[in-house]
Amino acid sequence: MEYAIEMLNVTKEFPGIKANDNITLQVEKGGIHALLGENGAGKSTLMSILFGLYSPTSGTIKVNGKEVLITNPNVANDLGIGMVHQHFKLVENFTVTENIILGREPKGKFKTIDLKSSRERIKKISELYGFKVDPDAKIEDLTVGMQQKVEILKMLYRDADILIFDEPTAVLTPQEIEELLEIIKNLAHEGKTVLLITHKLKEIKACATKCSILRRGKLIKTVDVATTTEATMSELMVGRKVDLNIVKKPLSLGKNMLEIKDLVVTSNRGFDAVKGVSLHVKAGEILGLAGIDGNGQSELINALTGLAPIKSGSIIIDGKDVTNESIKTRFDIGMGHIPEDRHKYGLILDFSLKENFIIHDFEESAFSHHGILNYSNIDQYANRLIEEFDVRSGQGKNTLTRSMSGGNQQKAIIARELDRSPKLLIVVQPTRGLDVGAIEYIHKRIEAERESGKAVLLVSFELDEIMSLSDRIAVIHSGKIMGEMNAKDATENKLGLMMAGTEVTEGNANV
Amino acid sequence: MYNKKEKILVPLIAVVLGVLLGIIILVVSNRDFMVLFSSLLKGLTGITLGKAGINLRYPGELMVTTMPLILGGLSIGFAYRCGMFNIGSEGQVIMGSLAACCFGILVPIPTRFAAVVVLLVGALAGALWAFIPGILKTKFNISEVVSGIMLNYSGMFIASYFYKILPGSTTTRTVDLPVNATLKSDFFYNITNYSRLNWGFLVVIVCVILYWFIIEKTTFGYKLRATGFNKFGAKFAGIKTDRATILSLMISGALAGLAGALLIQGTFGYGRVSLAFDNVGFDGIAVALVGGCNAIGVVLGGFLFGLLKITQPLLQTSGVPREIGDIISAAIVYFVAIQYVILYFIHKKRKTKGESKE
Repeated sequence: MEYAIEMLNVTKEFPGIKANDNITLQVEKGGIHALLGENGAGKSTLMSILFGLYSPTSGTIKVNGKEVLITNPNVANDLGIGMVHQHFKLVENFTVTENIILGREPKGKFKTIDLKSSRERIKKISELYGFKVDPDAKIEDLTVGMQQKVEILKMLYRDADILIFDEPTAVLTPQEIEELLEIIKNLAHEGKTVLLITHKLKEIKACATKCSILRRGKLIKTVDVATTTEATMSELMVGRKVDLNIVKKPLSLGKNMLEIKDLVVTSNRGFDAVKGVSLHVKAGEILGLAGIDGNGQSELINALTGLAPIKSGSIIIDGKDVTNESIKTRFDIGMGHIPEDRHKYGLILDFSLKENFIIHDFEESAFSHHGILNYSNIDQYANRLIEEFDVRSGQGKNTLTRSMSGGNQQKAIIARELDRSPKLLIVVQPTRGLDVGAIEYIHKRIEAERESGKAVLLVSFELDEIMSLSDRIAVIHSGKIMGEMNAKDATENKLGLMMAGTEVTEGNANV
Repeated sequence: MYNKKEKILVPLIAVVLGVLLGIIILVVSNRDFMVLFSSLLKGLTGITLGKAGINLRYPGELMVTTMPLILGGLSIGFAYRCGMFNIGSEGQVIMGSLAACCFGILVPIPTRFAAVVVLLVGALAGALWAFIPGILKTKFNISEVVSGIMLNYSGMFIASYFYKILPGSTTTRTVDLPVNATLKSDFFYNITNYSRLNWGFLVVIVCVILYWFIIEKTTFGYKLRATGFNKFGAKFAGIKTDRATILSLMISGALAGLAGALLIQGTFGYGRVSLAFDNVGFDGIAVALVGGCNAIGVVLGGFLFGLLKITQPLLQTSGVPREIGDIISAAIVYFVAIQYVILYFIHKKRKTKGESKE
């Protein structure tokens, strides 16, 4: 068997931690090789070594059978290794062509940039793989999925043969994910070697041939994807059996905790993003709001939580009309909110963990007196939350939240919001970018809230998440509710059609 | 990546590098670099090398120069901790001076209490001048940097106009403030060999303590810091970020206004018609930067820049160009500003040390 990449006995030590411990990874030419592991398992470190961003403490790397020393990303490029980073590295106000040739501008007469020939070449490559990318479009006008294709084109333009994808689907909609997996398969078909870093088992099943599983810096096993079940892989990854199936206790419904009536919200770009939405959530149930990203979910959530003004309609929480109330009042009435963007909205990253815990209630008598913070109470409270919700961090309550892992940051937010025991919990994309272990934990917590009689509104772009957690599912498409159905009547197909804008009448049988 | 030890280490290294640069320039231009050290020593302690006795006038004047600088640094630091760059501090100093001067001259209060009232008037004027960029920022999303710079010039011209029309003013200065309204002290005057040292240091001490207490210990400071670190996150959590923004600019302005009042009531005792900036507000930026915007750091930063300032005339009398003081100040600011380069070398050194140990 011919290997495109061989990383032999690679070890990388950082002060106090072995990020990679004697890892041997062999990637077959023309194959799709997945790298699976929880956050912090060492996947990114390993790929950074391959891409020349870190130098290994020990071990050797062979590319196409030849031993090489990759000292920086340029060397990697010259060896035909390309990488699509999780966070795109594109110049927003440049065109697709300008971005792709950046750093390798072809020179024409009088040392001017020869845009014409590069444009043609990009068009050709784009057509070859069926990308449908307009070489003259500006990056800022493209969707996230399109931007990712530009990143892929950038690698192909540089004649990369070995393509590394770092968590490529984390930012994509279900449709875009499917398309991307198709592209990846195509690339392998054309003879490229693909290394796919991910923690989504479904995607590995859908396209990869081999899968190497990392846990705590060590290579656990490399398996044949075709003959290994998802359950086995996830067990290898986490180190114990993981159960993502949620056993739901029967419903015991209470009164309406959230009522939205004919809500219209204008987006900050000036058009109506939410066009007359009416929904209700009762105590003791989870309402899942499914839909493709960008169909008015963010605007709806911003209006519900008070971050953005509404145009018309009303919002009632626990019987009180909060349409014109402040954010603080809504929190005080009994709203809890786990936001989509935990870095922008959920946390003050430069605050310590304990300071983040008290962000809603620092003016309450428990944490301050006459405007002076009571740090001994705050410390106690933080210690309790850390223990109860198993939030792990370097220096406990005094850890800067910026330095914590994504999963633990999310746990911190969940600890803060759930401990206030809100009557209505608004949860948006709670497991985005998290590993299986964390997802399992968070799903169980949300389910526990339902069982204790709270009302939960769950907004997610992941159909699996919606279908496994919700009691009732509503689908939003371009600002309108396309229909509602009981979760047991919902199929992926039905929901998919509604998400694409088709009204499905038979499913409208309501609670 | 950035721990407490490094927060102290970086400014220290910057100061050493700045002084080193000064020495190099002196050596290259063929001058005696020991003059730099003897001048700094004289400025700091009043001791002249090779001569017996201490001239307390120098430490006294060091205090006089440093006090407004510390207030200027606190002003910049306070706004910065709330995520804003109050470059309009200079104008707020000027308006503080103007208001203190006018009030002190026009409204005679016969008791010593007058000094306190005049101080508060100065602080209020600074706060109101800072309210303008604050309201512009929150209501119309206009950068406080742009409006602040423009208000610096407006303030300067307004002040020079009013100084000139006060009763008894000449074209260059106003009359003296009544003694009641000043911070002057015969006691300090006499024990420091006739320096201008005044009661203003009490104001500075109170401000430093309040600064630390408000920012670190109060719910109000918590709100400001949350807003400064992440405006969206703070707003999301229910904090009224617009109010925090305006209030922090106004407190920053009040501190600048106090610095202005101190110049009038303590340093000079009268208002000066000037068409150039005193730079107390601008120097405050350097002080806050070197001091890392925390209370103790700002005090030390204030003394550092104060010392370099009063050393300049001493250098000149020893035959070394006074500009060497400016060069060192500027170099220190640059070195702090490129702290990531310094950190890079610290980390690299630590790494090689760590490896050689194994």
